[in-house]
Amino acid sequence: MAVSEAGIQPATVAAAAAPRRKPRTGLRVILPAIWVALVAVLVVAADFLPVPSPTHMDFDAAEARPSLAHPLGADLDGRDILSRLAHGARVSVIVSVAAPLIGLVFGTFFGLIASFYGGVPRMAILGVLDAMLAFPSLIFALGLTTVLGPTLLNVTLALGIMSVPAFARIARANAIVLLNREFVLASRTAGAGDLYVMFREILPNMAMSLVTYALTVMSIMIVAEGSLSFLGVGIPPPTPSWGSMIAEGREALERAPHVCLIPAFAMFLTVLSLNLLGDALRQKTEAKEGGLS
Amino acid sequence: MPTRISNLAQRIGHLVAVLLLVSVATFGMLELLPGNLAYSILGEGAQPEAIARVEKELGLDRPLPERFLGWLGNALAGDLGKSYATGETVSHAIAQRLPVSLQLMIAAQILALLLALPLGLWAGYREGGTIDRLISGSAFGVLAVPHFVLGIVLILLLAVWLRWLPASGFVAFETDPIGNIRSMILPSLTLALVEAPVYLRLLRSDVASTLREEFVVVARAKGLSDWRILLTHTLRPSSFSLVTVMGINIGHLIGGTVIIETLFALPGIGRLLIEAINTRDLMMVQGVVLFIAAAFVLVNLLVDTIYAVLDPRLRHGR
Repeated sequence: MAVSEAGIQPATVAAAAAPRRKPRTGLRVILPAIWVALVAVLVVAADFLPVPSPTHMDFDAAEARPSLAHPLGADLDGRDILSRLAHGARVSVIVSVAAPLIGLVFGTFFGLIASFYGGVPRMAILGVLDAMLAFPSLIFALGLTTVLGPTLLNVTLALGIMSVPAFARIARANAIVLLNREFVLASRTAGAGDLYVMFREILPNMAMSLVTYALTVMSIMIVAEGSLSFLGVGIPPPTPSWGSMIAEGREALERAPHVCLIPAFAMFLTVLSLNLLGDALRQKTEAKEGGLS
Repeated sequence: MPTRISNLAQRIGHLVAVLLLVSVATFGMLELLPGNLAYSILGEGAQPEAIARVEKELGLDRPLPERFLGWLGNALAGDLGKSYATGETVSHAIAQRLPVSLQLMIAAQILALLLALPLGLWAGYREGGTIDRLISGSAFGVLAVPHFVLGIVLILLLAVWLRWLPASGFVAFETDPIGNIRSMILPSLTLALVEAPVYLRLLRSDVASTLREEFVVVARAKGLSDWRILLTHTLRPSSFSLVTVMGINIGHLIGGTVIIETLFALPGIGRLLIEAINTRDLMMVQGVVLFIAAAFVLVNLLVDTIYAVLDPRLRHGR
């Protein structure tokens, strides 16, 4: 599992060591899928929910326990937690979809270039990737967000850039193996150029492992965005984000634990669901690839 | 032997190149900021005289490469500049706070191993059984809990409800050794619980596959007890990838330290960085980031070397 930096991806490293039991679908796929679908519905319906706006402060309801008016209670400033949870999910979803996408596209591109062209391009790409990996990932994201400024776009960008090296390594590791396979040789003999081989022969054959990895990275991105927001370096208030909701709730842990625990539980369930789905997908693809070679 | 020496030389060459790129990136971090650097450092509403002084101190009138070399030279000599917010030198601030972070990281790593070794061995020994499913399942669940969530749950449980430990704050070892240990238990435990599942799952699958090796069958046939087989025949060959991953994992540990120190209000390097970011103390941010990255690179080299010493197959180039 040298392909990924365990620094940001403990889940992946652990998953590589996961038991190779018979793939069992069933509840382990259905339940997480239902939760992810629920989050998706929350995200889409956030504006139409019959609850107050996520920034509306009703000080009479401050720290209110769950009730009819506030289904999940209200936070320290009397803002509706369900409403904030739904709007905060938007941030999580945007970051966890867009950031791995940035990593996937640029990482694959650089990984392919580095496996096709030796000499200066390879040295330059591998050098820069190594230098990026020399920063612990959270420190890298912290530094980049500080320079770029904390907005949703910049946080997504920073986390996306942070994930480029891991994708590039996976792409390169895959490409090097594939480049020696017969079908590539056949294609070359038939007169195919580098671009053709790169995008029509190599890319389709490694797409599955890259996409599987991207799914794993999604849950890492949710945690990373949450960490940045928790540290007060992420998306600035008043935009709700699960991480900042947890950080705010921490101040009143004794009086109103639900303010902190509800978003924390939502984040836990989402990450767990994505991990379970990623695991199932990986077992499926590995079983398939094992059958082919 | 010669291959080992050239290997080492290659590694050191690579290390120097990476460190150089890291320093370029860290230096470039401030250069990328929009607008006048002296303004960015001093903030809005700075006096023109102060701006002029900072510009002179940083040599902003000199060309970029010259400034970089000067900065790099100073950094190599241990001078990372000084904070314009507090007047403290960056290296002094780091030296002051490093022990706290090191104590946290080392304690967490030890606790994580204390958890992962026995549980991983047990689960691997009972592969597929109820115990294994219980241990592996819990590990998978804990993997999905971010640092700050785990920390908050532990605070709620052990500090707020049971009142066994302080919820946050730091007591220096010199003033009160017992208080120091009490104040470090929750932070280290949180960090350890995040790292332990990774180690546990790795060890578990390595133990399970080692137990299928022929020499284990032989040991069984000789009539050795399961305990002896596990501890003397299985643990060592099963722990190589654990050591590698512990090395790779240091980056994650450093990131975790930043979060834990913020959550528990510990005066370590991580909190220094976050405070510097929040007050836009840019010189401090730059210095701390450079220090962390350089330390991380050096520790990784050290782990690689230790790994080669541990695994005889690598040592003999087989």
